[in-house]
Amino acid sequence: MTESTLTYPDNREPTVFTQEELGWQPWLEPYPADQLTERHWAGLVDASRAKSPYFLLLARDPDILQARTKTDKDIFYNTSSGLSRAERELAATATSRHNGCIFCASVHSRFATQYSKRGEDVQRLLDDGIGVDIDNRWNAIIAASVALTETPSAFGEKHIDDLRQVGLDDAEIVDVINGAAFFNWANRLMLSIGEPTPPKH
Amino acid sequence: MSTGTTDVIDLLAGIEPGSPLHAIRDQRPQARENAQKSYLALFEPEVPGNVTALERFAVATFVAGLHRQAAVSDFYAASLRKIAPSIADAVIAEVTRGATRGPYGSYPEGPLSVENKDGLIYRVPAESAALFGPRLTAAFEHAHLLVFHPRDASPEALQKLLDAGWSTTDIVTLSQLVSFLAFQIRVIAGLSTLASTSTAIVASSKKPFTGALASGHI
Repeated sequence: MTESTLTYPDNREPTVFTQEELGWQPWLEPYPADQLTERHWAGLVDASRAKSPYFLLLARDPDILQARTKTDKDIFYNTSSGLSRAERELAATATSRHNGCIFCASVHSRFATQYSKRGEDVQRLLDDGIGVDIDNRWNAIIAASVALTETPSAFGEKHIDDLRQVGLDDAEIVDVINGAAFFNWANRLMLSIGEPTPPKH
Repeated sequence: MSTGTTDVIDLLAGIEPGSPLHAIRDQRPQARENAQKSYLALFEPEVPGNVTALERFAVATFVAGLHRQAAVSDFYAASLRKIAPSIADAVIAEVTRGATRGPYGSYPEGPLSVENKDGLIYRVPAESAALFGPRLTAAFEHAHLLVFHPRDASPEALQKLLDAGWSTTDIVTLSQLVSFLAFQIRVIAGLSTLASTSTAIVASSKKPFTGALASGHI
């Protein structure tokens, strides 16, 4: 049993926010894939996640992983109502940019670009940071996500007023709150149990 | 308090059954149910492993306190007082010592280094460390890192937990617990703010509260 950390002295960690596909490697030993029990498989939710060292590491506590994954999927993928996929991913990207999670920002900026077809605007958020001026609607979503990401939270009635002003109804505002809040969970895990690796060219 | 059936987010955000926000939360039934299941998995686990209830509620009380949301802090502190009244006051004292504003921290050296931001590196003082013991002391120091400056995380930070007696699996549980709270506390903050503005609209009759439900998005 490995009860020490894993380190990668030769890794060249990415030093900029990017929409490219980065890798990730764990600082603690993932759960051995060949020893997964039914409870672990339930925790992984999707069998394909057993290929990911991130999810295999989290599978060490399968019950919280399962609940977390199902929370994540409904917040981001349930499009029966509420905010567009693109703008949920924008909230995730802004949150990741503010916390400084280069890996999370890379994944979710790609999704934001894919769904919005506004790759240059998304890239400006990554390059210029959270103070970027894109348009009223995106600015309001970014500002609300960032305020909620502050510790303690700086989210207030002003952010709700601004979101309403640019056309969001309360169900859509809840999607912004959920999306930004969820990435405060995701960023902390991704940043603290492993590190990103450079894009493969 | 029985939390098995009480939705903690509704409880702490003041969302009543039958209210407009309750209906909006119902549009994400899996998210609602599994945010609650996440709470239960961390605080009333079926398979507790090596992480004790005292450790879970002590860290939660510290983390909630650092977020300065009274309703959430009181909720976790009340559970801690039932389990370990003798350390609850010491935990509250550490909240005061650890209080700051985040996120801060450093990026890998490069173009983003100009955005590096210094901040408090919290260490449990000797007197509290003697009361908490090495495991809880290490957990508090790591929790503070995750709450305020997660981009400073490192293998060295995890090694300190291992050295203090946290196993690899225990560290996964601890990391999930602190990170989940960062989520739960923000949902509560956001929804309670939204609830207060929605009430204001209804109270002043500027707009009947049918906005979300009548918008055609449902």
